[in-house]
Amino acid sequence: MRFVKITAIIFLYLIIFPAKIFAQDTSNLINQLENESVKNRTFYAAATFKTTRIVDGQSVESLPKKVLDVRISHRFGPVSSGIYNLFGLDNATMRLGFDYGINNNLMIGVGHSTYQKTYDAFLKFRILRQSTGTVNMPLSVSFVPVIAVNTLKQFDSLKTNFNDRISMVYQLLIARKFSENLALQIMPTLIHADKISFNHVDQTIFAVGIGGRQRLSKRVNLNAEYYYQLPGTKAPGSHNVFSFGVDIGTGGHVFQLDFTNSAGLTEKSFISETTGRWDKSNIMFGFNISRVFQLGKKNK
Amino acid sequence: MNIRNALLVLLIFSVKPTFLAAQVYFTKNGSVSFFSKTILENITATNNETISILNSQTGEIQFSLLNNGFHFPKAKMEEDFNEDYMESEKYPRSTFKGIISDINKIDFNNDGTWAVTVTGDLQIHGITKTISVPGKISIINGKINAAATFTVPIKDYNIKIPSIVSNKISEKITISVNCLYQKK
Repeated sequence: MRFVKITAIIFLYLIIFPAKIFAQDTSNLINQLENESVKNRTFYAAATFKTTRIVDGQSVESLPKKVLDVRISHRFGPVSSGIYNLFGLDNATMRLGFDYGINNNLMIGVGHSTYQKTYDAFLKFRILRQSTGTVNMPLSVSFVPVIAVNTLKQFDSLKTNFNDRISMVYQLLIARKFSENLALQIMPTLIHADKISFNHVDQTIFAVGIGGRQRLSKRVNLNAEYYYQLPGTKAPGSHNVFSFGVDIGTGGHVFQLDFTNSAGLTEKSFISETTGRWDKSNIMFGFNISRVFQLGKKNK
Repeated sequence: MNIRNALLVLLIFSVKPTFLAAQVYFTKNGSVSFFSKTILENITATNNETISILNSQTGEIQFSLLNNGFHFPKAKMEEDFNEDYMESEKYPRSTFKGIISDINKIDFNNDGTWAVTVTGDLQIHGITKTISVPGKISIINGKINAAATFTVPIKDYNIKIPSIVSNKISEKITISVNCLYQKK
């Protein structure tokens, strides 16, 4: 009999306080729907770096599909050249580049740099993409091969053929966005240098780069990168490159203001042929401007 | 006796769901879009995976969406939206919980359109504000459709527009909601 009473009370309760039950029901339902909606989703780490470069070197970031990025990079002369050259501002090397996202996992880029009149082209394949959710991936990994041609005219006593002018660089970019503010990247690099640009002991150079991004405010980031050339393969007279700068994003444009000890703007030049030294203040001020254009419609 | 008890339990558990099911409607692919209009640039983005539920008895209406479910015509804009403005990692969802104050005038059994007022809490970017907006409930072939268009000032939700892009992003954003509900 007692059981009947209890059930009767519950039944009455249901009739008397229906609103309360509705409220519970709606919030349960919305929670249930919210959980369902994220169940089979993968959340990719967005903007590990602000642009496709850290300073000079490649970042793990790729251009989205059908996005064209026009990049102008300038490096002035060394600050150590003194007031006569206005601390380097009288001289400048620059690179004009066009990068394009073929799909969300593959981008290409071509460029011309005044330094050693270099033409270069690269591909960037995304292998892994940091994500949470259904696919839990702690790292982003990309592979970048770069080909560059030094087209500087040689003295006619030195006969060079085209093959001697070609250099290749292979980079693996391994990055992790640790938080909203901090991302770090390691770049094992293999360089096959050309024969005319620099006096290399060995044409094959191994280097390991480390780079990072620290957010200073919503639109300002501090970026830095350093490439360590393995001692056995490093050419005499070449120094490891260290660069840092801030980037400022303004929606569509990204401005980067940099300090570096390298005048070269292609991978082979700045990783293995940097002659400037930070301790001799052979450092150069420079800037990169990146402007993105959406070509054609992005589908989803 | 045991049979009677069992019957009562059965009655309660069978009554409750059917009793409620008659008035709760939901959708998983409602549409919410927003517009920012300035002389220099018009920006629009749409989220077609908005969750919403509507209780036709109490007038309760709720919306919930993932901020990174907004899709823009420009990919980089989408990235900036999530990274620099909405901070979608920190605040993944925007929600609205409110009441349709004049729910009783709607005849859910016949086709028609009714102008209604919805009052409730809009949460964007971690900040909750009470808003009251006009909306429209339509019954089309027995299905419930809810639509509303209203404007929110960005600064109410602590979203800062840097001065360098201030002429490209409007201070007031127009939000349009359109949901077609199904019975639970």
